[in-house]
Amino acid sequence: MAYDVERIREDFPILSRAVNGHPLAYLDSANTAQKPQAVVDAIAEHYLSHNANVARAMHALGAEATQAFEGARAKVASFIGAGSADEVVFTKNASEALNLAAHTLGAGLKTGDEIVVSVMEHHSNIVPWQLLCQRTGARLRWFDITDSGRLDLDKARADGLINERTKIVSLAWVSNVLGSVNPVAEVADWAHSVGAAFVVDASQGVPHLPTARPLGDLMAFTGHKLLGPTGVGVLWGRGELLEALPPFLGGGEMIEVVRMEGSTYAPPPHRFEAGTPPIAQAVGLGAAIDYLQAVGMDEIAAHERSVTEHALARLGSIEGLRVLGPTTAEDRGGAVSFTLATRDGLAIHPHDVMQFLDAQGIAVRGGHHCARPLHERLGVQSSTRMSSYLYTTTGEIDRLADALVYVRDFFGRV
Amino acid sequence: MDDASVEAMYQEIILDHYRRKSHSGLREPFSCQVGHVNPTCGDEVELRVRLDGDTVADVSYEAVGCAISQASTSVMSDLVIGQTVDGAFAAYDAFHKLMDSQGVVDDLDAAEAVLGDGVAFVGVAKFPARVKCALLGWSAFRDAALQAIEGGAGSAKKESPHG
Repeated sequence: MAYDVERIREDFPILSRAVNGHPLAYLDSANTAQKPQAVVDAIAEHYLSHNANVARAMHALGAEATQAFEGARAKVASFIGAGSADEVVFTKNASEALNLAAHTLGAGLKTGDEIVVSVMEHHSNIVPWQLLCQRTGARLRWFDITDSGRLDLDKARADGLINERTKIVSLAWVSNVLGSVNPVAEVADWAHSVGAAFVVDASQGVPHLPTARPLGDLMAFTGHKLLGPTGVGVLWGRGELLEALPPFLGGGEMIEVVRMEGSTYAPPPHRFEAGTPPIAQAVGLGAAIDYLQAVGMDEIAAHERSVTEHALARLGSIEGLRVLGPTTAEDRGGAVSFTLATRDGLAIHPHDVMQFLDAQGIAVRGGHHCARPLHERLGVQSSTRMSSYLYTTTGEIDRLADALVYVRDFFGRV
Repeated sequence: MDDASVEAMYQEIILDHYRRKSHSGLREPFSCQVGHVNPTCGDEVELRVRLDGDTVADVSYEAVGCAISQASTSVMSDLVIGQTVDGAFAAYDAFHKLMDSQGVVDDLDAAEAVLGDGVAFVGVAKFPARVKCALLGWSAFRDAALQAIEGGAGSAKKESPHG
């Protein structure tokens, strides 16, 4: 059956609204995805008919809420091909998942140990590791990128970036700025060959690419980029690794027995879920996964690839526009970041670009996209980013391209 | 808000200043230097003020950011250099009032008498998210001038990292 994007759009009420007198063209899904009716309904249904706290309320509603919450965990596990639902830890977002990883994996680090990330990471996969280095005296090192915006494995190998001092390697699966899909399998092999743990920030990968098996030893992503609500994220961890990790936050739910002299802790995943978890949010995430699986992740990936090809062709042909990152759709996600200049070379700042696009109902992101070191590496202060998802049309890309030409020429009138 | 108001925000005079920033580039001598940044958008300005008695003898700066913040800083420097400190602060107050106006100003002529080209930014006031862009350079100037007064004009250089 052919992919019917118009039919899919009908499931997302927000996509039919107007913004500033124009139909909304939502090209900011890498920031957060829009929600289908089914997700909103599932959250409403949970609150209206099944609301109770999980695991500790012994009444009928408590059992229903617990079943819904643990059912969502099972859906997440199945969606990413995890061996067991016990390998799925709910957090509040991907940032918390990465902080959890840094605190627990890094508990035993010491001076002389090294942690490796890349220059293309989101701040949420840089700052937790910087903080860990401050706490332990470990040293942070990073992969560079090539001129075409790919992870520079050759340079890293020549420099011995990952070596016997390396204890943790943490890398984005897909760059939120460049769109580059990183060679995580190769990096995993390299990390494991020196005994390091490999953490994958899959925030821009899991929503868009079929995930037959989880990547790395720990893998973080967030619900709201996956058609789910805000407030729920996931840290998947290999079972025996999670078993060995110490707790992160202390509180209710994560304990076994508490005595004033000391406590013992619950097994994973509950060991890492202190306090009342995001119950309705997890239920909403489960509904989002049901929705994505009904459409089909292979079909979604194919659709997004054709949209990305169209975007690279349309945007790439605009004089004065420079695409940051790979200019072909191979091994590339749907985030396309770019700079724009007038014909006489005046750089047009992304916030000014955005303002004009917003006036035409086109939503994009402008700034450093929480990846300031990457922008510094690319020699630009900031960029404009369009990003797509299963509901994005080539017509929306055409509107964006036409509006960019208009902005360029508006700023170019001398 | 429609297309017309976004185009109205980007007055010719704003684009001209964005293209050719006045007094850009940090200069010696100076009484005080401050750094201001808008963390939400990443716009940054390093700004120096030199006071000579109660006169603003010079303003110089290095800045990166959107057309609104860059042009506003440029217009501000044109306006305050050569004025008394009191006159420059009166201009600051008038510009702040203009930015708080949401684009509805009773007496634009009176505002223009104080602000000159600065009134071109009246359209920005209709876009609350952009007001902080227009204020970035002005806030840095006021901060630097106040510190220079505190420290005694022409005395020790001071740097102040500021949010």
